[in-house]
Amino acid sequence: MNFEDSAEEAAYRGDVRVWIAANAPDMSHLAPDERRNWHDKHKAVAGIWQATKADAGYGCISWPKAWGGAGGTAIEEAIFNQEEARAGLQFTYFMTGLHMLLPALLEHNKDALSLSLIPPAVRGDKIWCQLFSEPSSGSDSAGIRSAAVRQGDDWVINGQKVWNSGAQIADYGMLIARTDPDIPKHKGLTAFWLDMKTPGVEVRPIKMMSGDNELNEVFLTDVRIPDSQRVGEVGGGWKVVISTLMNERAALGSGSGLSWRDIMKLAKQVASWEGTALDDPAFREWLADLYVDAEAIRLLSFRTLTSLSKGAAPGPEGSAGKLLWSGLAQNLSSQALDILDHGGIIDDPELALMNGAFQHRFLWAPGLRLGGGTDEIMKNIIAERVLGLPGDVRVDKNVPFREIPRGR
Amino acid sequence: MNFDYTDDQKALKDEARKFLSACSPLTVVRSVLENPGEGHDPSLWARIGEQGWCGAAIPEIYGGLGLGYVELCALAEELGRAVSPVPFASSIYLFAEALLLTGSEEQKSALLPLVASGELIGTVAAWEGAGVLTEAAVSARVVDGKLSGVKLPVTDGLEAHRAVVLAIGDTGPGLFLVDLTGPGVTREMVSTIDPTRGAARLSFDGAPAERLGNEGNGLEQLLRIHDRAAILIAFEQLGGAGRALEMARDYALERYAFGRQIGSYQAIKHKLADVFVRNEVARANAYYAAWALSSDAPELPLAAAAARVAASAAYWLASKENIQTHGGIGFTWEADCHFFYRRARHLALVLGAPRVWKRRLADQLELRLEQEQAA
Repeated sequence: MNFEDSAEEAAYRGDVRVWIAANAPDMSHLAPDERRNWHDKHKAVAGIWQATKADAGYGCISWPKAWGGAGGTAIEEAIFNQEEARAGLQFTYFMTGLHMLLPALLEHNKDALSLSLIPPAVRGDKIWCQLFSEPSSGSDSAGIRSAAVRQGDDWVINGQKVWNSGAQIADYGMLIARTDPDIPKHKGLTAFWLDMKTPGVEVRPIKMMSGDNELNEVFLTDVRIPDSQRVGEVGGGWKVVISTLMNERAALGSGSGLSWRDIMKLAKQVASWEGTALDDPAFREWLADLYVDAEAIRLLSFRTLTSLSKGAAPGPEGSAGKLLWSGLAQNLSSQALDILDHGGIIDDPELALMNGAFQHRFLWAPGLRLGGGTDEIMKNIIAERVLGLPGDVRVDKNVPFREIPRGR
Repeated sequence: MNFDYTDDQKALKDEARKFLSACSPLTVVRSVLENPGEGHDPSLWARIGEQGWCGAAIPEIYGGLGLGYVELCALAEELGRAVSPVPFASSIYLFAEALLLTGSEEQKSALLPLVASGELIGTVAAWEGAGVLTEAAVSARVVDGKLSGVKLPVTDGLEAHRAVVLAIGDTGPGLFLVDLTGPGVTREMVSTIDPTRGAARLSFDGAPAERLGNEGNGLEQLLRIHDRAAILIAFEQLGGAGRALEMARDYALERYAFGRQIGSYQAIKHKLADVFVRNEVARANAYYAAWALSSDAPELPLAAAAARVAASAAYWLASKENIQTHGGIGFTWEADCHFFYRRARHLALVLGAPRVWKRRLADQLELRLEQEQAA
């Protein structure tokens, strides 16, 4: 057990800190609402920062040099991310591509065309989105109905995707479609990549309960793509789904967003009976419970890192981190409103303390418990894959997909 | 950075598990439970002494093995798994740590070798009845080297040879070394929620008492001792919580209802997944605290409080849901589930209840934030 940097890690952290201080983009000219994820101005800053990083070799630190990475270690990448977060630079636009989709693509496809997709993604010039979920394929993630039919050297795809984060600005997508409905559902899936400007791809933003709209529906109507854009084997789509989802949960479970420091700073600014909310014993007891969870999220990400640095892939135990993180976000934001008392109802960024960040998080939190695998699916994964409990009785497992009861 | 035991530490832990599954099966716990007069199992204690575990973290100059604190944490996790009925926590995490932190050179040289071999059992006597331990709650007095007062409860007070006693001396609260086998000491057994960890009422009537170390505020010294003990006890809690989860899992696989294994129902699966998550939270915080203890990091008080809060919550949840998963059989005397339920609460209370530690945690967090903002 050692939670300190080694001499080399400390030196690396020192270099990174200096470099970030010298090169960090200036965000002071942005208004509070312009500093939020997916605002055009926020995204523009993120793009400049990603290109700056890429030019200095920090774009994709742990990727092999052949892919445009720095050939560094997972630990170095984590150190860089920590220092970025410390400097208030947390951008998510490129994560889907760089941490989830492209590693899966490159694992399967070594051709020149696939490789050519990499450099612009590393520089942040091109953004990727995931086209996995469907209206009838949420938690049942192998229940995909979008069909890809082979026609000569091409595939023709029809169907509908949903909850596609960033699809409205994405240049490319990775898509899972059913290529054989006559075999059991997990076996009939195949992965593809496509240009989001391919004819027949239509993106419609979804307005969420938070009022934001970075999630989308994507309609696919006679979308024709060549077989060279297939990722992996025909029928090998489920493997791609699993490896990207594990990467996603490992990333989500590493704990970004508001945490104990933020709510302590908030509590210090709010009056209570005596002193501030930070002096209230009930708040302090709550804070202690929150802190042990927040610490666990931080420390468990070190375990993921320890195993990554030994060459192992993220495992099912990453589900615990994801579960903790989404629960914490909701608990934390709701408690923040509580200590603000009646004033907690104000979410105007100009009026609310900390620009209404907690109110915004409060309205986002339900989505965090759903996206990237719901709480319930995380618990199933822990129960079955970590504790070894039996799977549910399944009526859909060994029958042809076509014959599975589907309601509406 | 390494979120794990080293290979050597894992080997030590494996050996400890083998030893305890042979020498400390749950039948040993049951036998102490059913014959609570002794409060521990002396033959098991002797065998643990022969293994050298008592001296794992005691420096070699004081007769220990000087292996280090993470090694001691590894042993603690295994002792916790086995719910072993031995005075290891009182003697090693509390008494030995009190000597190491606060004792004079003479006291350390005289007593630590005996503690390290297991020949001498020590304990710490601080509470005087129900309620939070504060200066106002201490009535025991030392006047002219003679201690008078009552300490209750004192875990392992029945069989301990020496105790570090919190009492008011000439200069306010202090820690005093008392020979419990000497004059002026009366011990009575006290029935507790976990009879496998015996406890006593100690009445002192002019018992000879020498100051532990030379000076200092006894309550503040005790806090520092408790910080260290909290980390080591967190590993016992972690071990017990892990075992309780395994028991529940095994039973859920074995027991059928409505034609299926009960572990195939989401009501059970999700319950046990929740227990797993709490255990993970406890493990993460305990590992960090073990690192802080082994490197004497400035984060130690914060990490200790976090480890104790997380481990107390995890063991409580795991032990009660283990009974629930077992159903009616889990509530019987005959089933082993109650050993964990009893020990979970025992361990969560012996150094002060979780709410006391939550308060300390919040105090430490405030300090931490102030330091960060000043930096």
